[in-house]
Amino acid sequence: MSIIRTENLNNFYGDLQVLKDINMEIEQGEVWVIIGPSGAGKSTLLRSLITLEDFTSGKIFLDDELFIHREDSKVVEQMEASRYKQKLLEMGMVFQRFNLFPNKTVLGNVTLAPMNVLGKSEEEANEIALNLINRVGLSDKVDFYPSKLSGGQQQRVAIARALAMEPEIMLFDEPTSALDPELVGEVLNVMKDLATQGMTMMVVSHEMGFAREVADKVIFMADGAILETGTPDELFTNPKTDKARQFLASIL
Amino acid sequence: MDTLQHMLSWMPALLNGAKITIALTICATVAGLIFSFFLALGKMSRNIIISKICSAYIFFFRGTPLLMQLYFIYYALPLLSPVLTINNRFLAAFIAYSLNSAAYCAEIVRAAIQSIDSGQFEAAKVLGLSHGQTMRLLIIPQSIRRLVPPIGNEFIMMLKDASLVSIIALADLTKVTRSISSSDATTLVYIPAMIIYLIITAFFTFVFNRIEAKMEERE
Repeated sequence: MSIIRTENLNNFYGDLQVLKDINMEIEQGEVWVIIGPSGAGKSTLLRSLITLEDFTSGKIFLDDELFIHREDSKVVEQMEASRYKQKLLEMGMVFQRFNLFPNKTVLGNVTLAPMNVLGKSEEEANEIALNLINRVGLSDKVDFYPSKLSGGQQQRVAIARALAMEPEIMLFDEPTSALDPELVGEVLNVMKDLATQGMTMMVVSHEMGFAREVADKVIFMADGAILETGTPDELFTNPKTDKARQFLASIL
Repeated sequence: MDTLQHMLSWMPALLNGAKITIALTICATVAGLIFSFFLALGKMSRNIIISKICSAYIFFFRGTPLLMQLYFIYYALPLLSPVLTINNRFLAAFIAYSLNSAAYCAEIVRAAIQSIDSGQFEAAKVLGLSHGQTMRLLIIPQSIRRLVPPIGNEFIMMLKDASLVSIIALADLTKVTRSISSSDATTLVYIPAMIIYLIITAFFTFVFNRIEAKMEERE
């Protein structure tokens, strides 16, 4: 069963086409790494899936059920409102710039949505949160405010915060590109851990080591389109398109 | 010696005047600030009618003199309808200053809210928080810290604008000073009066700086 499937997803910023006929299908438990030059539409794709951006046309299916269908920038068909909201919560997202809430502690960041959106009691939310904070290795920082944490620690909190909503799939939008090089490893380790435990993941990242180690598929995007899909080995050692070859040469 | 004795004899009256000045400033700033949040959120509302009404309110109270607003509320409203008579001078001044302060604070609040990184809204949205929850739990608390310096400034301005209330014969520090000056036929009373103003200003500047420092410590 596919977690997310899209049909001819298109998005325009004025005349510029940032997504071109995206047809993709990600299965339960798969880990995808999406690579490509800047402006390829990688972030736009993730942001469109989680409705941070309104795409121009196309369909998104979640668990084989129509989630949203848009044409000419207008909604044609959409899942019934309460289900729509619930389905949206099955997608978790981690941002390049963490976007932690600076007025909340680490614990407060992780418990906020479970308490206010899922209606969990403080006790229950704390228990789940402490577990997740422990899992990302920050048990000693529970009562810290984000400004007192390093970028790597902040991003690990952001991952715990997303996991607290018990998502079916996690979308990572360049999770390590705002980090100092020495902090990248700790975040990738948390993500690898997540992947081994069977989480379905779509990761926009140029971390080749990570891709080789955990990705089931590498997606190469350029100019808004998916140009190549393959296993890390296929794509890295034997790219079929010139664009992919050029891109890989430029980042290796 | 004689001069000093004189000055001391004025003190009780001057301090009573200062009390009125301080009370009016604090009450009006607090009430104005609370009201200003509704105005700011209203002005940013996607509902065009609410947004326009709030914009018009802010435009009106920033665009007309405070003195005239005060006149209007105390002297003109009763002429329109006796029901609108406000006999208590302090209450009349409080209403005028709160309404006026709200308009100024609303723009400060709006700027503070709009300065919050859009990433906060995005993170809140993907976690399923509603717009209201996002505002209440995240955006407003975060903007409060940014509000302290400009609101402190607004408070100090208000403290001095409060001297306008002498026009409706409310015995604030300025009014008391002028009364003493004319009844005792002296200009000397202006000296302690101004010193009291400076002390009040210095005190509240200190208080606002402390609040700012405390909030910075936390985040």
